[in-house]
Amino acid sequence: MVNFGGWDMPLEYTGILSEHEAVRTRAGLFDVSHMGELEVRGPQALALVQWVTCNDASKLVVGQAHYSGLMTPEGTFVDDLLVHKLSDHHYLLCVNAANQDDDFAHLRAHNRFQAEIENTGSRYAQLAIQGPRALEILQRLTRVHLPPIRYYHFTHGEVRGVPSLIARTGYTGEDGFEIYFEPAAAEKVWDEILSAGAPEGLLPCGLGARNTLRLEAGMCLYGHEIDTTTTPWEACLGWICKLDKGEFLGSTVLSAQKQAGIQRKLAGFEMLDKRIGRDGYPVFIAGGEAGRVTSGGPAPHLKKNIGMAYVPPGIAAPGADIEISIRGQLVPARTVPLPFYKRAR
Amino acid sequence: MYPTDYRYSKEHEWIKVDGAIATLGITDYAQEQLGDVVFVEVPKVGATVKAGAVFGSVESVKAVSEIFSPVSGEISETNPVLAATPETINKDPHGAAWLVKIKMSNPAEVSSLMDAAAYQAFIAEKAKESTA
Repeated sequence: MVNFGGWDMPLEYTGILSEHEAVRTRAGLFDVSHMGELEVRGPQALALVQWVTCNDASKLVVGQAHYSGLMTPEGTFVDDLLVHKLSDHHYLLCVNAANQDDDFAHLRAHNRFQAEIENTGSRYAQLAIQGPRALEILQRLTRVHLPPIRYYHFTHGEVRGVPSLIARTGYTGEDGFEIYFEPAAAEKVWDEILSAGAPEGLLPCGLGARNTLRLEAGMCLYGHEIDTTTTPWEACLGWICKLDKGEFLGSTVLSAQKQAGIQRKLAGFEMLDKRIGRDGYPVFIAGGEAGRVTSGGPAPHLKKNIGMAYVPPGIAAPGADIEISIRGQLVPARTVPLPFYKRAR
Repeated sequence: MYPTDYRYSKEHEWIKVDGAIATLGITDYAQEQLGDVVFVEVPKVGATVKAGAVFGSVESVKAVSEIFSPVSGEISETNPVLAATPETINKDPHGAAWLVKIKMSNPAEVSSLMDAAAYQAFIAEKAKESTA
């Protein structure tokens, strides 16, 4: 068990490698109840969400979710989050556990719209069932017909009698669902999914596999790739930064940065020998120290050692030679396209 | 679990002494803490090692662990099994997954190491600390 954002969580159950492979080829179940939930309600709910986040929430229909960033006035990340549109006047934000209180305070501080804001993290347990067999396993436990739920859409229904929000979202690069329901039912639903998935080889998965899976899928982790010093342009998250939606927190800075160009960009890299570049290791370009690895480690499914790092934009293009300093030795690596892994659709 | 004819270090290495040759590996406790081992790096045959100094590393998916040599000497053999199947460390840490053999220059250094009973008491203490 490790402490993660104030929660005691298992790093692994059967082992990171077996859990990782279960999710890539069969299915895995994650207890992600640590994730925070904030709810915004009222006629001005959309106005507040639009003001504090960089994606265009006006494009969401009821039953749809999107990935977004909670912005500082400097156009950097307070957090990254999923925004779910529950109704025209009700949005559910799923945020990082460690940032939940800061996010709540940030929303309140910038709420010049009189929207109602509630920190509802303690009202939800959240389980993620991920992998190519996730749908058929979950289908056995619910009357909700799952196939029509499109990626990044959600619906309400019962999972073994427990009222749930069932979203086709995830943090693994695989198909799958994240379900939100009352904490009192968490153990029951967890056990039911575990036994329902046993024939398919579903495994319980810990934080270790959650990290290797998201890294392989090239997804950002708050505190690593993104924080209050990084902008969406730098983090290759331009696709969630919608300047054309109108003014929002940080939009002036982000607009200027888009015009002027960025000084650094997130790049994926592969180690060229068997050594492993890990979080925080220095990155060298042409003999000079040029940054740090934001996340790095073995990619169990790709059987390579991979990582992400901020480098000058010219180096971020795939195929550039860089070096990672590993315990004082410069080890060759090469920039590669993100994501490292993309599932066949 | 912990062979009684081995000696153990506080850094969780074991050695088995046979004349002037010490066979070295990491303990079951160490592999358990590391999880799935994916890469092992040790010096080539002929390299010298110093008691108490780092001479290699064992990498798992989640972390890297440096290996300290409990004795001084020269590497006389490395384990070819580990290059292709580093996960052997998780399966048989006290046997097939030995890391190196060292020709000791000062066999007296062995006497400062723990025996199996002392090492087991040592890791029991560690386990208590981590759950405290």
